[in-house]
Amino acid sequence: MEKKTYTISVYSENNIGLLNRISAIFLKRHINLESFSTSESEIPNVFRFVIIINITPDKVHKIVQQIEKQIDVIKAYYHTDEETIYQENALYKVKSSFLFEERQIQNIIKASHATIVTVSPEFFVIEKTGFREETEQLRKDLSPFGLLQFVRSGRISVTKAKMGISDILNTFKNNN
Amino acid sequence: MKNPINQKNQKSQNDSTTISGAEAVIRCLLAEDANLIYGYPGGAIMPVYDELYKYRDQLHHVLTRHEQGATHAAQGFARTSGKVGVAIATSGPGATNLVTGIADAQIDSTAMVCITGQVASHLLGSDAFQETDIIGISTPVTKWNYQITKASEIPEIMAKAFYIARSGRPGPVLIDITKDAQFEMFDFNYTKCTGIRSYWPNPPLNTDHLEEALQLINEAKKPFIVWGQGVILGQAEQEFKEFVEKSGIPAAWTILGLSALPTDHPLNRGMVGMHGNYAPNLLTNECDLLIAIGMRFDDRVTGDLKTYAKQAKVLHLELDPAEVNKNVKADVTLLTNCKISLNALTNRISSNTFPKWLKRFDALDAIENEKVIKGDLFPTKPGISMGESIEMINKYTKGDAVIVTDVGQHQMVACRYAKFNQSKSNVTSGGLGTMGFALPAAIGAKMGAPNREVVAVIGDGGYQMTIQELGTIFQQQVAVKIVILNNDFLGMVRQWQQLFFDKRYASTEMTNPDFVTIAKGYHIEAERVEKREDLDQAVGRMIASDKPYFLEICVEKENNVFPMIPTGASVSDIRLE
Repeated sequence: MEKKTYTISVYSENNIGLLNRISAIFLKRHINLESFSTSESEIPNVFRFVIIINITPDKVHKIVQQIEKQIDVIKAYYHTDEETIYQENALYKVKSSFLFEERQIQNIIKASHATIVTVSPEFFVIEKTGFREETEQLRKDLSPFGLLQFVRSGRISVTKAKMGISDILNTFKNNN
Repeated sequence: MKNPINQKNQKSQNDSTTISGAEAVIRCLLAEDANLIYGYPGGAIMPVYDELYKYRDQLHHVLTRHEQGATHAAQGFARTSGKVGVAIATSGPGATNLVTGIADAQIDSTAMVCITGQVASHLLGSDAFQETDIIGISTPVTKWNYQITKASEIPEIMAKAFYIARSGRPGPVLIDITKDAQFEMFDFNYTKCTGIRSYWPNPPLNTDHLEEALQLINEAKKPFIVWGQGVILGQAEQEFKEFVEKSGIPAAWTILGLSALPTDHPLNRGMVGMHGNYAPNLLTNECDLLIAIGMRFDDRVTGDLKTYAKQAKVLHLELDPAEVNKNVKADVTLLTNCKISLNALTNRISSNTFPKWLKRFDALDAIENEKVIKGDLFPTKPGISMGESIEMINKYTKGDAVIVTDVGQHQMVACRYAKFNQSKSNVTSGGLGTMGFALPAAIGAKMGAPNREVVAVIGDGGYQMTIQELGTIFQQQVAVKIVILNNDFLGMVRQWQQLFFDKRYASTEMTNPDFVTIAKGYHIEAERVEKREDLDQAVGRMIASDKPYFLEICVEKENNVFPMIPTGASVSDIRLE
């Protein structure tokens, strides 16, 4: 079976140790992750993990079953790129002198629709949100000028389909 | 029946009283009907032990000789009593010594709550004396775990721990409690846990799937059941028996399913898997419908998955959603407690028999009997065989005993030949294959079923991994019968070396001590049998005793266990010699 990029979305309680518990599922199966990010979700006190993984459909299904089996996980889903809206965020730190001396840099920033977050006498920081190819292209374009620092976030994504977590939580409330 | 202690405790549940975290732990245990626990004290758990002392009339703490023994004893207790086993230990090495038992309970779905002491919360992360990250270490092998740093968390977390351990597919839970939380005073109030919003342990039966399942059963000409421990854990033995009898379908067991249906039931066709019986293994690849009930298609059961039951439709009765289509893809799954699904199926099927299909089993049984079983039970060689030893135990226990086994040749032989009349009678380490399991597990098994005969059958290798638990048996006077089948070898590994490594017996030969003297050192009555003619009476004396008893049976050194499906081979490639 062919490998594909999947977005695993995990809705969970905010408990210490759950991150460890979820990552252990991948460790046990010797599977590497593309990225892993976590934040609050749209529901108060419910957290959301977004895990990106390149794997076969059969394996992603089994992994999501194992994640969902964890007591503190409310629900886990997996989706293909086509089924999600996703973005990554990148920061680029460059020497300030280039901003004024190299006209090319200003053109690059403009063309890439990146924004300048901060400027100090020594350095300035550019921020770019977009697809991997876009943040990557900007990195390539800026690298001749000597990037002082570069960092990219994990992918965050929302799905086109409804998640229905509130329904699950309401069902529990009504039954107990 | 509630004993007065519990009633007293339940009354106090309603009144909020100021007590220490340590006392709260005890009160929680009593509220959960856990009045028998296994453990080993140490610095970080001392406040709880101090309360155990005060509550010693209500809660019996069994001091094992090693924390691993506490976990296996708790497992044995859980397996024969159907209750939650409890093990308790201190921080650091006490906690890490629990890990093997926890991993064993996880893979064999045993309800267990482990409580560990932890260094005071202000010392967490400082590499304090006997500090270890037991939450991190135990995460992959627990159903749930939690670190308590405030006394006020104790009632809710303990209630959750017991609920999670026993509900759904049972498993081990570890609760780590910092020492300051044990000392802290707070207002105690206990409410049992009845549900957790992120956890759905009892999925309801899907009626559409039930219709599909019925259709599969009605159309089958050569149906075959393989059942596992899910039948026992789901308390579905009666429903299972009714289903088997009404459907007329031959059934075989995985090692942990053993004893859910009496071994002499005409539709009980033996064990599947690596050292299982010939007919059920071969006919797995001949049946047209495989009904898997409360089992998870372990690799030791299936052999090579690419050639496993490919001709058959698969109907899977399973409680754990993560087991569905994990190893074998099912055509229809009934995802609920098999007590519910079996009952629903039995109500809707018509009585049936498969005489022609059963004759296939009979024919293959005859071959196995001729080539393997006869030699095992009635050996012609002078040395005693493991098979005849088990058969001798059968003679005296008449299938009414709990048999606890360790891991290796003796385990396979005992499971193949032991007779069982009732459920919860086979206690063994199946999934993890933990040598050293049996002796401590037998302690718990006997305490979980005090009115039953409990016979631990152990190899000379595994016995020495937890032999110190003889001390626990002696101190507690647990009337277990210990049978060592001694071949002076790590027999199963030696068998593999013989078959697959050109007889290079690397580190499998054991120079053993005088086991009888060791047992006598613990004041346990002990005997050794070397000759066949002495076996009968020796086993008789052992079973007649109402005290702990040790019997060493010196068996033939280089016997092999057959049938055998070599690792990775198809069930069709089962070897008889």
